This record gives sequence, structure tokens and C-alpha cells, in this order.
Amino acid sequence: MTLLLFVEQFLNGMQFGVFLFLISAGLTLVLGIMNVVNLAHGSLYMLGAYFASTFFGLTGSLIVALVLMIPVMLVVGMVIELVVLRTMYERDHMDQVLATFGLILFFNELVRLIWGVDAQPLTLPVWLSGNVEILPDAPYPVYRLVVIGVGMAVAAGLFWMITKTRMGMLIRAGASNRPMVGALGVNIRFLYTMVFGLGAVFAGLAGLMAAPLQSVESGMGEEMLIFAFVVIVIGGIGSIRGALVASIVIGIFETVGRSILPFLMLEIVDSETAQTAGPALASMLVYILMAVILFFKPQGLFPARTG
Amino acid sequence: MLSKLKLSILIGSFLVLAALPFIAEAVDEPFYIDLMARVMIFSIAAMSLDFILGYGAMISFGHALYIGLGTYAVGILAFYEVTNGWLQLLVCIVGTAFISFILGLISLRTSGIYFIMITFALAQMFYFLGISLEEFGGDDGLPIDERSVFFEGLDIYDPWTMYYLILGTLTVTTFALWRIINSRFGMVVRGSHSNDDRMQAIGFPTFKYRLAAFVIAGVVCGLAGFLLGNLTEFLTPEYMHWFRSGELMIMVMVGGMGTLFGPLYGAFAYIMMEDFLSQFTEYWQFYFGPLLILLVLFAKQGLWGMLPGKEDMSDE
Amino acid sequence: MSDPILKVEQLKKSFGGVVATDSLDFDVMPGEIHAVIGPNGAGKTTFVAQIAGMLKSDSGRILFDGQDIGAKTAPQRSHMGLARSFQITSVFREFTALENVALSIQAHSGHSFKFWKRASTDADLTEPAQKILDDVGLGERALTLAGNLAHGQQRQLEIAMALATGPKMLLLDEPTAGMGTEESEQMRQFLDRLKGDYSMLLIEHDMDTVFSLADRVTVLVYGRAIATGTPTEIRNNDEVRAAYLGEDEVTAGA
Repeated sequence: MTLLLFVEQFLNGMQFGVFLFLISAGLTLVLGIMNVVNLAHGSLYMLGAYFASTFFGLTGSLIVALVLMIPVMLVVGMVIELVVLRTMYERDHMDQVLATFGLILFFNELVRLIWGVDAQPLTLPVWLSGNVEILPDAPYPVYRLVVIGVGMAVAAGLFWMITKTRMGMLIRAGASNRPMVGALGVNIRFLYTMVFGLGAVFAGLAGLMAAPLQSVESGMGEEMLIFAFVVIVIGGIGSIRGALVASIVIGIFETVGRSILPFLMLEIVDSETAQTAGPALASMLVYILMAVILFFKPQGLFPARTG
Repeated sequence: MLSKLKLSILIGSFLVLAALPFIAEAVDEPFYIDLMARVMIFSIAAMSLDFILGYGAMISFGHALYIGLGTYAVGILAFYEVTNGWLQLLVCIVGTAFISFILGLISLRTSGIYFIMITFALAQMFYFLGISLEEFGGDDGLPIDERSVFFEGLDIYDPWTMYYLILGTLTVTTFALWRIINSRFGMVVRGSHSNDDRMQAIGFPTFKYRLAAFVIAGVVCGLAGFLLGNLTEFLTPEYMHWFRSGELMIMVMVGGMGTLFGPLYGAFAYIMMEDFLSQFTEYWQFYFGPLLILLVLFAKQGLWGMLPGKEDMSDE
Repeated sequence: MSDPILKVEQLKKSFGGVVATDSLDFDVMPGEIHAVIGPNGAGKTTFVAQIAGMLKSDSGRILFDGQDIGAKTAPQRSHMGLARSFQITSVFREFTALENVALSIQAHSGHSFKFWKRASTDADLTEPAQKILDDVGLGERALTLAGNLAHGQQRQLEIAMALATGPKMLLLDEPTAGMGTEESEQMRQFLDRLKGDYSMLLIEHDMDTVFSLADRVTVLVYGRAIATGTPTEIRNNDEVRAAYLGEDEVTAGA
């Protein structure tokens, strides 16, 4: 296990954490403010990836694809909110789970109908596809650094919005005490639609950035969804800060853990056991972490709810 | 007691199930025996979920895990050439009890959304574990070479024998769960659903009862998995995927939450519908997704709930 | 001079910046009815919740029957003899009145890991439950679903459920809340009959109930006890008048 490998995995973990954050941020707000379990959030990620690959295919420019994708995701998000989610606000969680599960089924088939069954290709433009020497003799993909950078910028922007703007204040108030915000006479419906739309844009952005790195295919959203849930549960519902901390922690834990664990196990057990048990244990790491954290703090690390 | 109508429907259904192999034979469609065997297995699983979800308000999104564990109990032992059905059954029951106990300890300290998400994530953990276990097939799965052997003369390779074994299990578990729901234990579980604070105020330490209910549900569901492993002769982590858990929840809702008997019909309805729709189009989920949303919006009480006759939780 | 059955010492509880219970000292002597009155938001229900064990205090001690119960859970306190009725009706709406009370009895009849025998026809539970319902005046309605009872009857059921646990002391949170004049009078008479057999902490807004039943009254304002004494002493206390009795609640009836 060399330093180089560690640094590389660490950065990969940061990058994965960025994806997780972009997806979880919207999800935690929707959950915290609107008290709705939205399983279809992963579908938004998936749609972002599909739209990105199409727009990129049409225009040849990742930047243009990004610019086009934002309003499209905003509209998609708002439509979903208006048509389906609105009916679920007063319902209990069981109903929300089932209804949004229905949305997942719908979207997973929709993309196959529109785009076909094969995975969508998205190759990186030249200016993004090189390597950079982060340490001597240690090349690291430029693209992944860019992803980390973009993610950090979005996180910073989100923090600024949450803490410095009126909208952000409403969001924070809504996350910690939902009924109060309505009682204050704020236009709740509009707030909800905006929050959901924002979440959709972030998830779509994650999808766009993920497209060059993994296969764009039906069902890709659900794997991320699981991680997003773990992030939210650990970070605390309704907390952006919690989502950021948890995303990075989990991203690094998962990536570094997976690569370190086989080495660590070799210290303790023989090579054959490490070979078989290693991957198994690695895939369980994150969940074990979650279980441990929840055992001591059943509301997550930074729960936003006071009301 | 149940209203006359519901009781007759229930008894009638079991009679039909008992007669089914004969009917299938008569119309020369043996395929139905296999289909209904599958339906009954999922009925058992759905009922076990309703026990905690409908009556206990524990919305577990990882219940399919126990189906998987049941099939693994059969499959892994068969892999190591242990085909004694009793031994496999013992491993199945002890294993599912142990795992549901641990998972319950972790999850039941939370509630609401946290509970849903934790059960979801923990079940997925086992799914990934299953995929990474290469010698049991990883995500390709593993054929189970031999069905369980219980005693001389019981050849469960015979479709009829298998069918009646499943029917027998269904009958016994339905009856057992019904008695439990109405017992003192069941009252505590139902009361905790209704108002947990009040239950504690009158002196019930509700946590251990909810945990026990969680374990019971897990073990019963594991039995369904045991039967499934034998029926399909195949072992795959896909049985544990959270989609399967979602399907179980759908079966419970379609049948009627908190009715115990409803999910039997819910399982039937869902599997038949899936079978039916997929004949027309590969993309049947495209239609089912919105249909599910409509069902949630307008038919939440489920099939059993739509029947006339006083339906209060106590089946008085 | 015997020891108090309930003794609260320097109880403190805050929510964020709001002080709900402010260094409160309080006691109830065996067999007495000690009423707690105060304006809305004075922290009365928060106080009861801490005694019952549903809410953890920030500091202070609660002694019941001579024992420090601070570490004990709500079910444990129930088994020690503390019973509570809720201000907002907390009955099990989908169970019958009989089943509601039977549950209280079940909670104090050993463990409930009993899976076979039908509970709703178990005479060990239903006979005592019926008796308590009769005592409270709900005997006729035993088989009605709690959700279908009239509001006043649900309040009666609340008390029945508390009594069915065989307590030494009752924590009654506004038992006459939402009741009409006649119903309140019936409740008053009922509580009067219980007097002496049970110690009671009674939170009330209805002054008739307080003055006719209570042995002592404590006035709670912003989590602090500003006065404790007999009903007459309290009625004549200037500070209390200024803080509280100046409001509408001083006129009889709820």
C-alpha cells in the first residue's frame, strides 16, 4: 500500500463524495422541509446523465450540455413535484414510499423506451481527458479533479444561499420546524416547488458529471440512492452541513476502505481468506459505519429538527 | 369474528387452493400448480410483512432480505452436500432469528423515515454481501442441486407434493399469525402502533415487544425463502434486492394493510398481474408505475379492505 | 408527619432558550390532592411529563415513594405506582373501551409474551376492566370503539385506563378538559370518591374543580411556583391574583 495509491484513492473518495453530496443535498432538504420520502431522487440523477449524453452528442460540448441540462432538470423536477409529490404531502410515509417507488419503475422503463436498452456513451472532450501530476510521478485524471472542484464550488454556493439569502433562511426554518413556516404566512407551495426543483438540478448535475465515468443505463440511480440514504441518515435529515460531512466521510471511507482492506486483512489472515472475505467485508463497511453511528446517535450527527 | 362474508371467502379460497392441482390436471395446465406454488410462497412473505407493517407500523423496506436468507440456508447447505431438510430448516430459523434480532436492535431505536431508510440500507448490505460471495455464484447465482430431504416417502421433487407442502405451511402460518395478532402479545404490538407513548405510560416496555414482532416476521419470511429455494432450485442475491422488498410492500397494500388475510390476495393479484402484463410488453413497469401511484391515491385500503363487513383491527 | 409520596427537588428543564421548568420544588402527601394551576404555557404539562418519565429533566431530583426515580423509564414508573392521564385524549381509538382498559390491566399482569390465548375474551383481563368501566360510569359503553365515544366519555376512559394500572398516585392532566358543566360535575364527584385512596397531582383550569377537590394548590407561572397553599390561601394571595386569577379562568366552569 503505497502513499501514491492512498492519495489516489483518497481523491477518488472525495470525488465520489461530491456526487453523493449533490444527490443527498436535494434529498435531505426534500425530506427535512417537505417531510416526503422520495425514492425517485435517484431517477433524477439518472435523467441528468441521459440528458447530458444526448445534449453532448448533439452539440459536442460538455459546457453547452451543462447549460441546457439545468433548465431541463428544473422543469422535470417541478413537473414531478406538481403532478405526483403534491398529492403525497399529507400522506404517511408508507404511501410516499410506494408512490415514489412507482415513479422509479416508470422512469427506469421510460429511459429504455426513449433511449433504448444500451448504455449511453459519453466520452470526455480533449481538454478534460488528460492527467495531471499531483505528486511527482503521480498522474491523476484532470476530470476527477474538476469534479471535486465543481462539487466544492456548488457546496460553497449552497451554503452561501442557505445562510445569506432570504430563501435560504426559509429553507432552514422549514427544515427545523415545518409547521411554523406555514404559520408565518410564507407561500409554502412555492417554496416546496423551488426546493424540489433545486434538488433535481443538483441531482442532474451529479448525473452529468458521472456520465463520463460510469455506464449511463437504466437503474443507475438506485445504487446512488442507497448511498444517499446512508448519507442522510448519518448526517441528519434536513441538514446540508450534515450531508456534506457525511458525503465526504462516506465517499472516502468507501473508496479508501475498499482498496486498503485487502492489505489490512493480509496482516491478520492468510491470503485465501483475505481474497474471499475482503471484497465482502469491503462492501459492508459503509453500512457497518452507519449502524455504529446510529447506535449512538439515532437522529444522525447534525439533526436539523427541533420542531 | 370475521364477518360471514370474509370468513366464507377465506375458507373458500383455501378450499380452492387445496383442489387446484386436481383442477389443473383436469384442464391439462400443470403450469398453474407451479404458479400458485409461487403465489403461496409470496403470500407467506407478504403476510409476515403485514404483521409488522400493517399492525405494528414498522415500515421495513428490507423484508425481502429474509426470503433471501431462507434460500441461502437451503442453497449453502446443499452446496456442502447437506441436504437434510430438518437441518436446513433449523439453520434457516436460527439464522433468520439471529439476523432479524440484530437488525431489529439497530433499527428499532429509530422511527419514521430513519427506520425506513435503515432497514433499506441494511438489507442492501446483505445483497452486496451476497454478490461478493463468489463461491456461491456471486451475482450470477447458484443452482441448488438437490431439494431438501425430510423423510422417506416425501419426495418434494414431485410438483404435487411440493405444492401441498407449501399449502400446508401457508395454512399453519396464517392460523398462527392470526392467533398471535389477537393474543396479549398481539395487543401490545397493535397498541404500540396506535400510540407508543400511551403504551409506555400504562407500563409496557414496548421496545422488546416490537423487537420480538420483528423477529417473528423475519423468521416466517425466512420460511417462505426456504420454500422458494426448494421450488426454484436456484440461489441468487436478487431475491434480496430492495426491489423485491418494494414488491412485498405493494402486495401488502394491494391486499390491504393491517388485515393479515388481505396480503394473501395481494400477493396473488400482484403476481398474476405481473405475469399477465409481461406477456404483452417487456416494458410493463412503465404502465405499472403510474398504476401503482393511482392505487396509492385511490385504493389504499386494498382488496380486503374493500369488502363490506365491519373491519376493525381486532377482527371482533 | 409522614413523608411525601412524591417529592420534586430543584427540577429544571429548558428547550433551547426557553425555560419550561425553573428550579421547581414540589411535593404531594399521601392521600392528598395537590392541584397545579397556572396560565397557558406555564409548563404544567412539561412538569407532569418529567414526573411520568416521558421527558428527561436537565437537572433536579424526583423522588417517588422515597426512591429517586430519575433513571427509571416511564413503564418502570408505572409499575412503581405512578399513573398518568393525558391532557390531549390518548386512548386507543381502534380498540373498544373494554380493550383499552384491559390493556392497562394486561400491562400489570406479568409479561405479555403470550401468543396463543385470545386477549379480548380473557376473563382475567375483561372482568376487572368491566368493573373499572362501571366505576367510572362507562359500563354501558364497554364494547364501543373508543374512537366512537363522545369527548367526555373519552376523558372518562382516560381516567379508567390510569386507574386500571393499580397505582398509588395519579397524575391527572386537565381531566375535565372540553367537558360541559354536567360532565365536569360528574368527574368532580368521581375524583372526590377516589380521594384518600389515591394521591393526586391535578392540573386544572376549572376553578370549581380545584377549589372543591384540592387540599393544596400550587400556582405555576413560567415554570416557577409562585405560591403554594390551601385553596383559600391561594384565592386571597395578591401576587397570585395579579399573575393569574385576573384572567377569565377565575369564573367558574371551563
